[in-house]
Amino acid sequence: MEAQVTEKEILTTQHEEHHHHDEPFLTKYLFSQDHKMIGKQFLITGTFMAFVGMIMSLLFRVQLAWPGEGFAVLNFFLGDKWAPEGVLDPNMYLALVTIHGTIMVFFLLTAGLSGTFANLLIPLQIGARDMASGLLNMLSYWFFFVSSAIMLFSLYVESGPAAAGWTVYPPLSALPQAVPGSGLGMTLWLVSMSLFIVSSLLGGLNYIVTIINLRTKGMKMTRLPLSIWALFVTAILGVLSFPVLFAAALLLIFDRTFGTSFYLSDIYIAGEALDATGGSPLLFQHLFWFLGHPEVYIILLPALGITSEVIATNSRKPIFGYRAMVGSILAIGFLSFIVWGHHMFVTGMNPFVGAVFTFTTLLIAIPSAVKAFNYITTLWKGNIRFTPAMMFAIAMVSTFITGGLTGIILADAALDINLHDTYFVVAHFHIVMGLSAVLAMFAGVYHWFPKLFGTLLNKRLGYIHFWLTFLSAYGVFFPQHFQGLAGVPRRYYSYTEYPMFADFADLSVFITIAAIIGGIAQVIFAYNFIYSAFRGQKSPQNPWGSNTLEWTTPIEHIHGNWPGELPTVHRWAYDYSKPGKDQDFVPQTVPLEEGEVDGESGH
Amino acid sequence: MGLLVSIVVVLGIITFAQLIKVFEVTKSLKGGDDHIVTDKENRNQATLMFGYLFVFFAFCIWTYVKYGQFMLPEAASVHGEKIDTLLGFNFLIIILAFIITHILLFYFAFKYQRRVGGKADFITHNNKLELVWTTFPAIVLAVIIIYGISTWNEITRSEPENALTVELYAKQFDWTARFPGEDGKLGEANYRLISGTNPMGLITDNSLEEKLAELNEKKAELDAKLLDAVPDGKIAEDTQEEIWRVENHINKLIAFQKEADNRGAGYISGFDDKPVKVEFHLPVDEPIKFQIRAQDVIHSAYMPHFRAQMNAVPGMVTSFYFTPNKTTEEMRLITKNPEFDYLLYCNKICGAAHYNMQMKIVVESREKYEAWLDQQPVFYAEGLERLLEEELNKKQEVLASKK
Repeated sequence: MEAQVTEKEILTTQHEEHHHHDEPFLTKYLFSQDHKMIGKQFLITGTFMAFVGMIMSLLFRVQLAWPGEGFAVLNFFLGDKWAPEGVLDPNMYLALVTIHGTIMVFFLLTAGLSGTFANLLIPLQIGARDMASGLLNMLSYWFFFVSSAIMLFSLYVESGPAAAGWTVYPPLSALPQAVPGSGLGMTLWLVSMSLFIVSSLLGGLNYIVTIINLRTKGMKMTRLPLSIWALFVTAILGVLSFPVLFAAALLLIFDRTFGTSFYLSDIYIAGEALDATGGSPLLFQHLFWFLGHPEVYIILLPALGITSEVIATNSRKPIFGYRAMVGSILAIGFLSFIVWGHHMFVTGMNPFVGAVFTFTTLLIAIPSAVKAFNYITTLWKGNIRFTPAMMFAIAMVSTFITGGLTGIILADAALDINLHDTYFVVAHFHIVMGLSAVLAMFAGVYHWFPKLFGTLLNKRLGYIHFWLTFLSAYGVFFPQHFQGLAGVPRRYYSYTEYPMFADFADLSVFITIAAIIGGIAQVIFAYNFIYSAFRGQKSPQNPWGSNTLEWTTPIEHIHGNWPGELPTVHRWAYDYSKPGKDQDFVPQTVPLEEGEVDGESGH
Repeated sequence: MGLLVSIVVVLGIITFAQLIKVFEVTKSLKGGDDHIVTDKENRNQATLMFGYLFVFFAFCIWTYVKYGQFMLPEAASVHGEKIDTLLGFNFLIIILAFIITHILLFYFAFKYQRRVGGKADFITHNNKLELVWTTFPAIVLAVIIIYGISTWNEITRSEPENALTVELYAKQFDWTARFPGEDGKLGEANYRLISGTNPMGLITDNSLEEKLAELNEKKAELDAKLLDAVPDGKIAEDTQEEIWRVENHINKLIAFQKEADNRGAGYISGFDDKPVKVEFHLPVDEPIKFQIRAQDVIHSAYMPHFRAQMNAVPGMVTSFYFTPNKTTEEMRLITKNPEFDYLLYCNKICGAAHYNMQMKIVVESREKYEAWLDQQPVFYAEGLERLLEEELNKKQEVLASKK
């Protein structure tokens, strides 16, 4: 605790590099260029969006459990137009499904997760004063903010928000005649996503440059914590793939507005043969999934990185197979670019291409299996401390395995024929991507809350939050495998027209109730979050006994992170329970002893 | 049910309020340190974590017992049986992996919970172990990949020549199935011929003439409107644009006619096609090739009992071929459900009524199928009669000239 420096001292030491120490509200809280504040901004905005997305999912779950029945709550949220007498309108059902997906995939799990932890952890864990460009970093947040605001605004337009599914396949998304959501709502969706991509690129470039250039003395790439490796590869994936989505969106804007036909051909709709000819809806799908699949790993890799840190720290044991972990992150990152076609097995794509994509997709299972085994082996012979963060991390490993395994089924083109677009897919990606990333995000928030707010989240509420969340998570998504295997399609407003699905009526009710319980758990979290941020117990400087650099900074946020000189790194991040040491952790700043070997070979 | 939800919500709120209260009380009593997990807490949470393993497995088994029985019955097509075998093989592997990894994960978490005065072993890696668990999944996956791709290649092989071609035509929000007539061939189609009397846009000599007449009439109306409009005004501009569009449309249709002239044969195979709605029949044990088209947005022809699915994409024709090998009657016996029916339904989000876009499929013997098909009206009876008449005339002419 030698770093208990008074504010005055901090200011004097920082004076030369930073001139804005006496900052007004506007630049301190709103247009801040400080990475820690920007991280908080991303977290709070992302969490807010997540609550919107979650409430939407509860609204359409109510319709799925009790189709056609009136509920005051639906009418309260959606009004007489979209829920007359409390019965959800089919177009609004599709809009809710669409915006729920968009918000969760992009606004929570891309911007909320990467934005928060890349901003918070990169400078702190590599020993940098701030991001390479504070200005770009600030712009990244504000583009994200405007993008979120536009997405929320689109909920209020007369013709309703976008309703073509979060993948917005044209022609459905291109033609307002096809679904009302493809009117102004879809325009706003495209504008919002375009700004989102700008935000993501500004952020990603900054993360890459910072990690390459601003590592402190001794912080070799091979000494980076896995969280940074994960965020690094994530940023590269984003920079390479998001521009393709931008191109896809731009061409869609052209088709919608300027009468081009990139995606449209031979369409007769609303009593009229359109002029568009020669375009291909498949082109959009190729472009979309060229982003869309790396996107899955843009979500998952940071989650895996966070999990690595939390599991190693709380097992009081080095992460097992550090080099293999880095290797598998790189392998997953590379493979994620050559598997997009597995989303298109039944689109009419040439079957030969389907075989190629089956091959590449199944390869991903190998590095994924390595990661799973390494997590389990990290626990083995550990000395595990069950903080809420640790429990979320263990839960994340469970969902990563469960959801990953069903991916082996779906990657098989022959099996995908019958499971494509059914609830089996819904269960698969919600478990492997949604739950894993959300659980890891919770692990990260519980673990690094002291670095965000200087206080600790309440432990007991944390346990309650964890158990309700984990129980309801599988409660909602596990049974959906059986629906999928029964041929129940996703994105159906109601299943009452099909006698063959009648057997699942009570299961739908069960799932919805589990979802509501999961929702209530998040209210507990929100309460804990707000309460602890303001009135929580003050955190000591290194509450979890961690090795990484962020715990060597003073708990009060200061510009430039470290008073005085930047720390020098002497060892890797995983010297937990190293034999011959007094403590069960050795911070990276502690010099190697005579004859001591660093890193993986250090035993 | 509304009542039930209200109860759940109310209970939730009460629970929440109580929790907060308990939390505030215990906090003031203990003044607990949030970064220190006490030994008791650690033990409790570790035990709960281990307990979760059993709760989770029990839940998996319960859902399987209760809902596993509602999974799709055995495949009703030749290739579908192969898919089922492949699925079973893959499931065996993943369930095994699921059980083993979960037991290890939760058991280790429990076993290696913090011990008083204990210390973790400093184990950083183990090359031998890592080699094993990289190679082993790689070998298993190689088997899965080879087995999977060879099944896929078998399924997507092109259909035998004697396959019956049936068209599935999707639009918001229904399906039409089109069967070839006596000639065994489906007529061509184009979206520019779609009209009230020709909803699938079939190209026949008559439908071309009719559509052209309709468009010429429309053009005449627009020409008249243009004459009446103030020159260079907004209405004139719009009308002129509309005229260009109609002219473009007319030219496209004339191109079809010219093509027919060039090859010296009209569009005749469409006359006797049989479009059917709501329900269609298929002969058992015969290869069927579905050619799939869409009118407006992407749809997906999903026939889960046959393990068949293919998207319907505007602007392109997709196809899927399979051989149904169980009649509806047989399937009713297998499923012990006298009301069982094969279904075709839409499986790609396509708009408000996406959830109710289905067609019943009946698989039956060749005789029954033919009897059913005979009863279905042809697309253009008048045209067919005219066609027959013309052919008769031609034959008579030929006969006359020979004489």
